[in-house]
Amino acid sequence: MTEFTLYTFLAASLGLIAIGIGGVILSRNLFRIVLALSIAEAGGNLLLVLIGFRHDAIAPIIEPGRALTTMVDSIPQAMVLTSIVIGAGVQALALALAIRARASYGTLDMGIMRARMEADINRVAGAESAASLHAPASSSTLLTERKA
Amino acid sequence: MSWADLIVLLMVVLVLATAFATLFLRNLLGAAVATTLVSLAVSVFYVILRAPDVALTEAAVGAGLSGLLLALAAKRLGLWHIEVQEAGLDERGDDPC
Repeated sequence: MTEFTLYTFLAASLGLIAIGIGGVILSRNLFRIVLALSIAEAGGNLLLVLIGFRHDAIAPIIEPGRALTTMVDSIPQAMVLTSIVIGAGVQALALALAIRARASYGTLDMGIMRARMEADINRVAGAESAASLHAPASSSTLLTERKA
Repeated sequence: MSWADLIVLLMVVLVLATAFATLFLRNLLGAAVATTLVSLAVSVFYVILRAPDVALTEAAVGAGLSGLLLALAAKRLGLWHIEVQEAGLDERGDDPC
């Protein structure tokens, strides 16, 4: 275990975080966004464990009869232990939200879902939906009532 | 650079490739399996980094429970297809579940 391995793990964790965040930003499918979030979380946990690592240390287990030597930092490990379980909870919540969103809007595609959501909001608000971003509905009833 | 370094480097490259596969696989069930594989490989990394307790939890929760959650959600979302899904299949899920 040399210094090279540490940099390899650092590249792994940073790469996992980058891939995860990139997937969250760039994906259109809601299910794939949840997957990318899970990957980013794994990379962040790996980075946290890597912070407390020493290449000349042993695992933080104290045995009777063994002389105390240098151990890796166990505080980030305990925190990461919590973070893994919380990550599973967050993933379950995100999947539940995805299931509810698909039940409401009938699709997992973010673009289609956004269009249907805006149409829903406009219908409830009584405003006519904008034709496009460049030609917005200028005579929205909400705005005219507010002015009057 | 010893053999252990080379093996770790190979594993890291494979994990990053698996993470990329999650973003680019057409089959969303396969993407979920790739995510679970990333969690499993990261648990092996924890063993190498001398954090055996974290490795146990990651293998049980990150790979086991999370994979189960993803599989059940994929079933509920109508993504349970073994064969390669074509490009239009994302819009095919238009029926409310």
